Amino acid sequence: MTDLTKLTMAEARDGLRKKSFTALELTDAFLAAIEKGNASLNAYVLPTPDHARAQAKESDKRIAENKARPLEGLPVGNKDLFCTQGIRTTACSKILDDFKPTYESTVGQNLWNAGAVMLGKLNNDEFAMGSSNETSAFGNVVSPWRRTGKDGKTSTDKLVPGGSSGGSSAAVAANLCLAATATDTGGSIRQPAALTGTVGMKPTYGRCSRWGIVAFASSLDQAGPIAKTVRDSAIMLKAMASHDPKDTTSVDAPIPDYEAVLGRGVKGLRVGIPKEYRVDGMSAEIQKLWDDGIAWLKSAGATIHEISLPHTKYALPAYYIVAPAECSSNLARYDGMRYGLRVNGDNLIDTYEKTRAAGFGKEVRRRILIGTYVLSAGYYDAYYLKAQKVRTLIKKDFDDAWNKVDVVLTPTTPSPAFAFGEKSGDPLAMYLEDIFTVTVNMAGLPGMSVPGGLSAQGTPLGLQLIGKPFDEETLFRTAQVIEDSAGRFPVPDAWWMKG
Amino acid sequence: MQVDEATVRRIARLARIKVSDEEAKGLEKELSGILDWVKQLDEVDTSSVEPMTRVVDQKLKMRDDVVTDGDIADQITANAPMSEDHFFVVPKVVE
Repeated sequence: MTDLTKLTMAEARDGLRKKSFTALELTDAFLAAIEKGNASLNAYVLPTPDHARAQAKESDKRIAENKARPLEGLPVGNKDLFCTQGIRTTACSKILDDFKPTYESTVGQNLWNAGAVMLGKLNNDEFAMGSSNETSAFGNVVSPWRRTGKDGKTSTDKLVPGGSSGGSSAAVAANLCLAATATDTGGSIRQPAALTGTVGMKPTYGRCSRWGIVAFASSLDQAGPIAKTVRDSAIMLKAMASHDPKDTTSVDAPIPDYEAVLGRGVKGLRVGIPKEYRVDGMSAEIQKLWDDGIAWLKSAGATIHEISLPHTKYALPAYYIVAPAECSSNLARYDGMRYGLRVNGDNLIDTYEKTRAAGFGKEVRRRILIGTYVLSAGYYDAYYLKAQKVRTLIKKDFDDAWNKVDVVLTPTTPSPAFAFGEKSGDPLAMYLEDIFTVTVNMAGLPGMSVPGGLSAQGTPLGLQLIGKPFDEETLFRTAQVIEDSAGRFPVPDAWWMKG
Repeated sequence: MQVDEATVRRIARLARIKVSDEEAKGLEKELSGILDWVKQLDEVDTSSVEPMTRVVDQKLKMRDDVVTDGDIADQITANAPMSEDHFFVVPKVVE
């Protein structure tokens, strides 16, 4: 039999419908791959084989009874930020200890109601704070990609899979699941997708319910999928999205059939190229990637227009006020009293302080402290209020752009995947990873990363598409044109399966 | 340097995070660096700009003020580090 783990989600769906294989066979193929490959990659922090097999058996029953649901029997990974009923959920932080939620996230429940099978919980940066998956309490996720030197030899240097959804991106790229859930607060779906040759879709703020997802920065957090192809990400988002009374920011709007628009092409579509994204020191390969993307869309019938988003350079500093401020407030709940870790001290405050010092990692502590500072008495107006005003201007830049164009095309990241430790010593260098993605969160827009080529070192590069609010359809059909032009980028050598 | 050690300690106390002397020194530098960098926002004239309150323009939703769950004390205390008879057991708060 062919290697079932190499199938796309759409191909696996077809195979199940044609009864070429069973849901249990498909699930077992992934569980075997996880068993063998996860030790090298550390993408899963908790595989759930028994749970997966039980779901797969139920799927086979439904398929036999012709009662298959849209995602029936399709195995996916679930980022450890999503609460799973009765199954350990930690946000990859020590402070949540052995937390077993008594409820399921809405996005997760939507997937299981659609018939999807959960293979396990995926690694991420602690509380989704990071761009390299180096801040997880469970250790680094290793990218399945490796660099190739000028001599043609493959280096064994370990590369980062991006972050914060690094377990999701690595697992999808390494065929340890068909697709995965992910979340994006400043680029945490799109940047890891770009670094691993996968497709990442962050929908409009409000498209997916945030209920049951461990909160980082509530006005920015949004769930979405990482998948192997544009079609697969369309299948996933359709299932994940919903209006949810339990999240008042989730939007009561119809969810289109995203797959139906994939073949529509981009004839007559107006594509904006923001001049402010041509940052100083942009490498020649990123410039070429961008030029290729422009050429592909042009030859498919789109028109290209230079636009200006004048406040782009202020998005990242404004983000590093808004996100830490909201994080300091959200993470105040981890006090060692009701759930999670408790380290006993001399008195109540000492217990709080010891618990939080032991439970939170370095980057999380740093962001809580920044957030506490900018919200503290006398500083609120100078920092938080100022940043929220700048945010209004960033959104207005896009509102103005939508008069001239239908979609915006940029690179996803300023550089290809880096090795461990290359950026972790300097918080500001790491923060710059999100320079092209963070504006999208600040304005609440949908953004998508689709593979566009390889770097000089043979590692993937991503192109980002930014759309109007709730116009994910335009992103999907534009991304499909890019995927058709650029081709797909599977990892050339499955070294992690060789033990 | 705008963040001195005393400020780091004050902030850490507000955030209820214990910091060692060595950590406090490192944090002085890191927090100052980040706060200096975000100061570039001062270049932007925001005198006539409203702060953003929501990214998606929608009316605040209303719901009926009714009880929708209850009798789930087992679930609520299920993950407590210490609990007894559906109560959270916490360190002494009032002397």
